[in-house]
Amino acid sequence: LKLHLIRSINDPEHPLSLEELNVVEQVRVKVNDAESTVGIEFTPTIPHCSMATLIGLSIKVKLLRSLPDRFKIDVCITPGTHASEEAVNKQLADKERVAAALENASLLEVVNQCLSTRSI
Amino acid sequence: MAADSTLALSLVEEFVSGLQDSKAKDAAKGVKDGKFTVLQLVEALGSSLTSSQPPTRARGVLLLSEVLQECYRELTEREVEVLIAFYENRLKDHYVVTPPVLKGLKELTKCTNLPPGSAVSMLRSVFQDIHVQSLMLSERACVYSMLINIMETREAELKGLGADFVFGFVQSMDGERDPRNLLLAFQIAKNLIHRGYELGKFTEELFEVTSCYFPIDFSPPPNDPHGITREELVQALRAVLTGTPNFAEFLLPLLIEKLDSDVQSAKLDSLQTLAACVSQYEHKHVAEFLQGLWTAVRREVFQTSSERIESAGLAALTALTSCLSRSVLSSDSEDSLSTFLDFILTDCKHHLCEPDLKLVWPSAKLLQAACSASTSASHIITAAVMPSLLEQYNNRAQCSHRRTLLEVVQRFIHSVKNCQSSDNDESVFLAFRESLCGVVFSALSENNSSLQITATSVLTSLAQQAGLLLESDIELALDHLTRLLLIEEDDRVSLAVVECAGALAQLHPALVISKLIPRLKNEMYTEPMNQDQGEASELHSHHAVRQRCLSALAAVSIQPSVVQESTPVLLEVLRSAHTGDVSFSVDEVVLTCRSLQRIAEQVQDTEEAGRCFHNIIIPHLLSLALQAALQGEGSSGTPSPLVEEVVLSAMVPVISTSCSRLQPTLAGQTASRAVSLFLDGDVSFLPDNSFPSHMQLLKKQEGDSWSLSRLVCLLMGSVCSLPRSVEVPQIDKLLSALEEMSCTCSHPLSYTSAAKCFAGLVNKKPQGDSLDSLIQRTVKRVCSELDSPSSSVHTQAFTLMIWVSKALLLRYHPLFTTLTDKLFSLLDDARLGPMAAADGFSLLMSDSTDVLNRACHADVRIMYRQRFFSENKAKLVQGFNAAPQEKKPNYLKALSNIVNKLPKQVQVTELPALLSLLLEALSCPDQDIHLTTLSCLEPVLVNPPQVLIQQLEALVNRLLALLCSPAMSVRIASLSCISALSYFPVHEVLPFRARVLRALAKPLDDKKRLVRREAVQARAQWFLLGSPGGR
Repeated sequence: LKLHLIRSINDPEHPLSLEELNVVEQVRVKVNDAESTVGIEFTPTIPHCSMATLIGLSIKVKLLRSLPDRFKIDVCITPGTHASEEAVNKQLADKERVAAALENASLLEVVNQCLSTRSI
Repeated sequence: MAADSTLALSLVEEFVSGLQDSKAKDAAKGVKDGKFTVLQLVEALGSSLTSSQPPTRARGVLLLSEVLQECYRELTEREVEVLIAFYENRLKDHYVVTPPVLKGLKELTKCTNLPPGSAVSMLRSVFQDIHVQSLMLSERACVYSMLINIMETREAELKGLGADFVFGFVQSMDGERDPRNLLLAFQIAKNLIHRGYELGKFTEELFEVTSCYFPIDFSPPPNDPHGITREELVQALRAVLTGTPNFAEFLLPLLIEKLDSDVQSAKLDSLQTLAACVSQYEHKHVAEFLQGLWTAVRREVFQTSSERIESAGLAALTALTSCLSRSVLSSDSEDSLSTFLDFILTDCKHHLCEPDLKLVWPSAKLLQAACSASTSASHIITAAVMPSLLEQYNNRAQCSHRRTLLEVVQRFIHSVKNCQSSDNDESVFLAFRESLCGVVFSALSENNSSLQITATSVLTSLAQQAGLLLESDIELALDHLTRLLLIEEDDRVSLAVVECAGALAQLHPALVISKLIPRLKNEMYTEPMNQDQGEASELHSHHAVRQRCLSALAAVSIQPSVVQESTPVLLEVLRSAHTGDVSFSVDEVVLTCRSLQRIAEQVQDTEEAGRCFHNIIIPHLLSLALQAALQGEGSSGTPSPLVEEVVLSAMVPVISTSCSRLQPTLAGQTASRAVSLFLDGDVSFLPDNSFPSHMQLLKKQEGDSWSLSRLVCLLMGSVCSLPRSVEVPQIDKLLSALEEMSCTCSHPLSYTSAAKCFAGLVNKKPQGDSLDSLIQRTVKRVCSELDSPSSSVHTQAFTLMIWVSKALLLRYHPLFTTLTDKLFSLLDDARLGPMAAADGFSLLMSDSTDVLNRACHADVRIMYRQRFFSENKAKLVQGFNAAPQEKKPNYLKALSNIVNKLPKQVQVTELPALLSLLLEALSCPDQDIHLTTLSCLEPVLVNPPQVLIQQLEALVNRLLALLCSPAMSVRIASLSCISALSYFPVHEVLPFRARVLRALAKPLDDKKRLVRREAVQARAQWFLLGSPGGR
């Protein structure tokens, strides 16, 4: 169970962690060790949260860095909790777009800030 | 005389026109030696003093002043008078002359025989003719020093000057900017205030001229040679500002204003100054500012940004309240205390009743701060707050709310305790006794562990209130506690309960003896129910109950009267465990011994307690151990648990603690009994007399049986922990018997204990020839055993040698060096088994728990580890270089064992020299070496020295290689070292980033969770390295 990896990621707009904001929860984390898959659903704080993509990206990056590369990582929004759910899910699932986003220095900076302020 | 006056003249000439500064010294020497007088010198100076050139005149005066500096002590009153008149006159001269004049005047103020009136006239002319603030820094300092000097010697005359003196001072310090001078000026101001100078109409001026520096904002320049700190200035200024109630009307508004500042240090300073000043004030001084002060303090506590400010605020509130309470006795003042408390209550009380309990803590803290100030304040506040708190508690349903309320109550009781200790009036809480007890007992019966824990601490605080609880309350409380002890599974609760029982036993020993101990005793002896089909879980819970009872018995035994009752219960447990009347597991027997040990550690050292331990407990323990050993030798059937080695080892600290702590004379008696038991087989003092006579406990046993020989550890417990003043009887005979035993016996516990016992005695034996010859004899024997290839007792001899070395190392005995050399040579010795000698170094450097430590009164010098290390590191490195390849690990292990035990500061300084060896150690095959070396390295990595950075490549390589180590602890340690590396200077570690990240991917999939966790942390750190938004 990998919640402990992402629980301490900071929200880009709040001084609180994702777990404290109930963005990620234990029940919405699915790990299948045998098939090497991890699925995470996160719940943005409000349906129009503009940071949803960024939060998803942070979670994805954190997991990429923390899990062995045999895992396929799937991050998406909890169904029915965000206005542009599908678009965000699509972005997060697209490997190329994630890689491209991480090439972007300013985006990477924000992600790193989310991941760095507090250690586990 | 003529010759002397020419001498003076020539000196003057050389100093004034020749500009030779050293001549001042010569002139001073001339005066001291009586070659010429000061007045003759003045005559000789005549021409230079009347010169038309101001610099020449200044030079002349300077010579005189420097001479005065040397010999102001020898001046007569008449000379002083003349000189003062001269200097006063010179003050009116050209400005370049002023500095040496001031210097001269300062020297004159040091004279003890100032003529009456001269101090005053001197001051008048200084204040009149000089504008202090237009002088240079050192001249200003001169003026301040003058003032300080005169204030020391001529207080009465200065007071005669009246307020003029204050005015003069105020004028001269107005605008001072240099911190060094400010310190002097503050000292003068403090003297003015504290020594009762009349401030008169200049009170406000004096306040203005000093308070303009408040709050002090000063950060010393780097490398400040004067070493003035902000703190010094703050303290000096605070002493001035808080010195007199006359400043109150000016100071308090200033403080209120400064509390509003955004600067944290200003707030802190203001609050601390407030707390300091009100201790001098009476209510009438603060009355009109109460509202403002309260608002400011409340704001700081409610919206606190730092803990320091909060606690300073609370301290200020306490000081303020106690200031108001002090003057309650006089006529109209009752008002001001109750008015002030009214402010507090109106602002805070309602927060205690808010449904979400949001601001409950800050409000409670404020109320408690006021409460702790005085008895009258605590009466008023508790009367207002307690009923509503208790009512709240009863109305709330949520356990977390109830717990918060209970914690608030506990703090109130605690805060009142502080102010009540001295007077013996009845407790503030008397009116609430019944309802408080009700609340506590209901919380104890609640099924919520944190509520129960809080309730026990409330109970403890209540019991500590003198004369509050009735006997019946305590009895009821003990019932509750016993019930919890027997049924409550939660460890934290039972810990709290045991603690509370201990506190109650301290205060009410009689009730604990009559109520608690019998219940616990009963519980100890009940067998687990239906033992035959007894399920594992039930047995387990029965064991847990016994465990809790044992720790409770230990906790309550602080008063000797309780010890008298509780220890027989414990002894009875041991006895019945031995006979098998009641079955106790080995674990329980060990715990029983631990409880006895704890009692020996905490009981008050009285005659009564000493007798209990030395005359009853120790003989019983020895007798039981002896019986078990004799029985174990012959019989079959279920062996008594007392033959187990863990039990024996648990008995040792009971004996050694009582011998080291309780009643030295009785301890000496115990030791001599033990010695005669072991040497002569004297069993007369043992309670059970069925032993065979003439047992030879220290002689080699028939058939090499070890059940009796290992009892020597009990002997060690008694003779090795005596205070050094107590002598051990028959010591020589004892020592040779122990030596014999440790070199011949084949049973590990026996020969180790004998060696330890021998070492413990050697450590305390007085310096001298007999000690030296004893050591030499032992060393010879040990060496011959170690050198003889056929010897069967290598390990024994080695053990004895290590322990004797340790005994000598601790006391810095000179013969220690012969042993170290032997020890180093053994690093090459293969017969001792791999690494045995290297492990010996670890034993040598670490603290031993049972002998040779300070608790046993051993002779332990400070920093013996550093000493050992610095004397031997060269040998070690040399040995390593000379050793054949397959022996090198031995040296590395010895090194890492030694370095590991050194204090961290020493490690950091020694590391550079040893780094290459340590890196070598990381790549040798032994896992233990890896672990000890990594634990040496890790603290050093936090603040890496330059050498380490130069070796970074090698270090990274080795650490990454260790990630595949088969030992989990090595993997974890190397991961945390790698994680620490990421904090090195970025430009140094960045080149390794990609490699480290790739290598760290593997441990992410480690099969151990702890390794994975460490790997994730390390990898996340390295990812952040050098990337935007990271570090």
